[in-house]
Amino acid sequence: MKHSASQAALTSERLHFRINGESHEIVAPVNKTLLEILREDLGLAGTKHGCELGECGTCTVLIDGEPVLSCLVLPIEVQGHEILTVEGLAEGGRPHELQVAFAELGAAQCGYCTPGMMMSAKALLDSNPEPSTEEIKEYLAGNLCRCTGYLQILEAVDAAAKRLHSCRPDGSGSNSEKFRRGEP
Amino acid sequence: MSYRENDTNYSVVGQSLPRVDGMRKAAGQTIYADDFTLPRMLYGKLLGSRRPHARILSIDTSKATAMPGVKAIITGEDLPVKYGILPVSEDEYPLEIDRVRFVGDPIVAVAAVDEMTAEEAVRLIEVEYEDLPTSFGIEEGLAAVEETSRIHDYGPHDNVHKQINLEFGDLDSGFEAADQVFDNTYFYSGNNHLALEQHSAVAQYGADSRLTLWSSTQTPHYVHKALAKVLKIPAARIRVIATPVGGGFGGKSDPFPHEFCAAKLSMVTGCPVKITLTREEVFYAHRGRHPVLMNVKLGVKNDGSITALDFQSFVDGGAYGSYGVASTYYTGALQTVTYKIPAYRFRGVRVFTNKPPCGPKRGHGTPQPRYALEIHLDRVANALGIDPAVYRKSILVDEYSMTVNHMRVTSCGLGECIDKASKGSDFNSLHGALPPGKGIGLACGSYLSGAGLPIYWNKMPHTSVDLKIDRGGGVTAKCMQIDIGQGSDSVLAMTVAEILGIHPTDVNLVCADTDTTPIDLGAYSSRVTFMMGNAAIDAAEKLQKKLLAAVAEELNLCEEALSSGTERLQSAAGQIVHEVDGVQTGKRISFRKAVELAEAKFGQLSSTGSFTPQKLGGPYKGSGVGPTPAYSYSAAVARVCVDLETGIVTPEKIWIAHDIGRAINPILARGQIEGSVYMALGEIFMEEQAFRKGQHQFPSMLDYKTPTFLEMPPVESYLIETNDAEGPFGAKEVGQGALLPIPPAIANAVYNAIGARIDELPITPEKVLAALALQEKGELAQVGPSKFPDYQWPDPIKIDPVWYDEPPEKWVETRRRDGSKC
Repeated sequence: MKHSASQAALTSERLHFRINGESHEIVAPVNKTLLEILREDLGLAGTKHGCELGECGTCTVLIDGEPVLSCLVLPIEVQGHEILTVEGLAEGGRPHELQVAFAELGAAQCGYCTPGMMMSAKALLDSNPEPSTEEIKEYLAGNLCRCTGYLQILEAVDAAAKRLHSCRPDGSGSNSEKFRRGEP
Repeated sequence: MSYRENDTNYSVVGQSLPRVDGMRKAAGQTIYADDFTLPRMLYGKLLGSRRPHARILSIDTSKATAMPGVKAIITGEDLPVKYGILPVSEDEYPLEIDRVRFVGDPIVAVAAVDEMTAEEAVRLIEVEYEDLPTSFGIEEGLAAVEETSRIHDYGPHDNVHKQINLEFGDLDSGFEAADQVFDNTYFYSGNNHLALEQHSAVAQYGADSRLTLWSSTQTPHYVHKALAKVLKIPAARIRVIATPVGGGFGGKSDPFPHEFCAAKLSMVTGCPVKITLTREEVFYAHRGRHPVLMNVKLGVKNDGSITALDFQSFVDGGAYGSYGVASTYYTGALQTVTYKIPAYRFRGVRVFTNKPPCGPKRGHGTPQPRYALEIHLDRVANALGIDPAVYRKSILVDEYSMTVNHMRVTSCGLGECIDKASKGSDFNSLHGALPPGKGIGLACGSYLSGAGLPIYWNKMPHTSVDLKIDRGGGVTAKCMQIDIGQGSDSVLAMTVAEILGIHPTDVNLVCADTDTTPIDLGAYSSRVTFMMGNAAIDAAEKLQKKLLAAVAEELNLCEEALSSGTERLQSAAGQIVHEVDGVQTGKRISFRKAVELAEAKFGQLSSTGSFTPQKLGGPYKGSGVGPTPAYSYSAAVARVCVDLETGIVTPEKIWIAHDIGRAINPILARGQIEGSVYMALGEIFMEEQAFRKGQHQFPSMLDYKTPTFLEMPPVESYLIETNDAEGPFGAKEVGQGALLPIPPAIANAVYNAIGARIDELPITPEKVLAALALQEKGELAQVGPSKFPDYQWPDPIKIDPVWYDEPPEKWVETRRRDGSKC
């Protein structure tokens, strides 16, 4: 755990979180953002930072299923809520269909916006399992990507929605299942 | 024993396979520079200048030094060695010593126990400045200044960094032969790469006096060289590891102050030091697109054929050299590789200004002149009453020809690109047939498949690949190349897998590490697929030879029959299969078994392949900028809707055809094209580095706007496969060339929609409305630069052209590999 040696540092607080289904308790300065706590105190570096202003969407995580910009959230506000990061996206060792589709369909180039983008997309698909192209664009417009021109991301989210929809409950036979097994 | 008889036989190349680093990226497991920490690691911060141009009178660090948690503070005196990416303009210190040249110019670096403390310490540092005269633009940059107020003490005069005057062929006769001369000025604004990952580096100087630097860099080799020079440590004791780059686009191609400072602070403290730039600092580190003011004077016959081109560029360089000399040459180098131009003069000037230094951004110095030239050709076509697509096709450069400025053109699919894009968009019928406010425009472009020359002069390979096979059948490929998102890891794995007949996921990659991987010059100039691809083929074929020899021995095959080609050993899907006259004989051996046989016969299986481009370029100074083993070509059509009330331009759809030689992985190639289109749209409509009194107006993503999902139109991409004779599997570049035709295609579409020209970027609603107002008043409906500098040019260097009708074999050395078809 790091705390500032400077006078600028505010008091530290004991904080309780539910992150990716696990309980965490840490002591951290109250002025640290959720993004900083995740990356620096909990080692969850999958969540990225791009602008420090709540503009780029790179630091998106889900709180109780809703996408939020973790660079604008103070941890004390979200105690007792369920936080989901990219590290919690796979279930039972099986990647989420979004992850498979992003990897297969070119939606991740440099990969830096990918975690935040997928978290927003998950929130969308959880609330709207069959979004139209326009709905996907609207919903993801707060997540910037500088590599792809967005089109392959759009295709990946669309493909993931379709796969999730047609997937058998146990996931067998899905593309992600095949992918995990290394089958072409 | 050629590995492939024809291009339809590839088993890996041409497949839209998932990128090899895709699953890790989608799992959030890719470790970028800022994602890792080391025990006892300190955090560094840089103090940037608050003045655009000033002498540093004093620096008082006493308050910061006294702060608890502060471990070290360094200033310019601690690193008094100049560096610069180009040997001709080594004009930067990691921390400036006696003078600052732009707001944000680093002067002090602090290491502390955490980032907050380092930030606080930086705030406590007091700097006394004495202001100097400033220069913020091209016109100011050309003005005479006192010797003591020059931004740098080198360059031909005043604040001019570089001046170029090159004349190819007989310009006067060219213009005399013209029926009409078209003369116009254009301006392309500057902008930032805005990679989502901010620059970051971690340095660790150990008790063994060895330094390791992990950095988000596109050019680990050049950073390695620069660290050795500045830190005065033998290169042999420095290791640079490029971490996966979270977006580069050219913005991480220079050695940067934070890299030197992290290293020096680690040397001073004995602790690892990380410095991650803030988004604001990234805007100051910059190295983005140069703003360029251009004049185009083009002589044409009544049929449109070009008789002469006179091109002038005034390049706003910002405060340091960076790649600027090359950038300036690039504004004049590639005009000739798309259309036949028999006489050509290029004059260019780069000025120093008190702004963040410009450098290479996607297309490096070529989108600006391409924008000007392609709008200019649209003017010519309109004036002559020729369809712009038909017009361009009538003046196309020949494949396998030499341009007037000695650029070697080999495979060229530009005609096919124009056909595809115009057919897909129905350009020929719709051009001129759309209602007011709706427009369609076309433009072309060309880019390098890697610079023909390295940044520092040498005769060594530009890239090498080491391969090693372990007894389990795993293949390890090592190369200093770095995947910046462009997919070079996948190209390396797929290339090796193709030759050895295995799956790309069975190729392990070790990349971008100066200790463990052989040279690759870096991820710039679209060089990696072409150059590394050839080196990887070279290395894999050497191993394949051993594997096949061992297999032939095991299967008791006749060597003569194999070498004559009547019998073959085919490798695919992890099997080596024996064929006679194309029919399988049933004799086969698994790749893994073949590895054991070959290792028993030859010993440890490893190989090295290298690639050095052949000598290219004409007999003149500056001829090193522009030549490449192969040019990619592109043509794009844009359809736009212009709101005549508000002036808002909406791109409705883009059609783009890109001659990339061959798509090694079509889905990744398409991603590069779509990404280029997107980046171009940002530059056209909204992205601009704007300054007020030397202060960056928008050093944040809140104000520096980029396109979102909602601004991105549909894009129809066509991959044109010309199967280049020298490219790996026929491949050329993809990823930069696709940006080039987009800005002029949009500008031409806007003209088509409203009958008014916007000759400067960005195309904003204000400019559109201004153009419409001029039109209303019956004045010349064009908005662009109002004046052009009258510069005292130095005497031209006159170079005789190599003429078109010379037989190609005189200067084209084709190096087709065995069995590959052209």
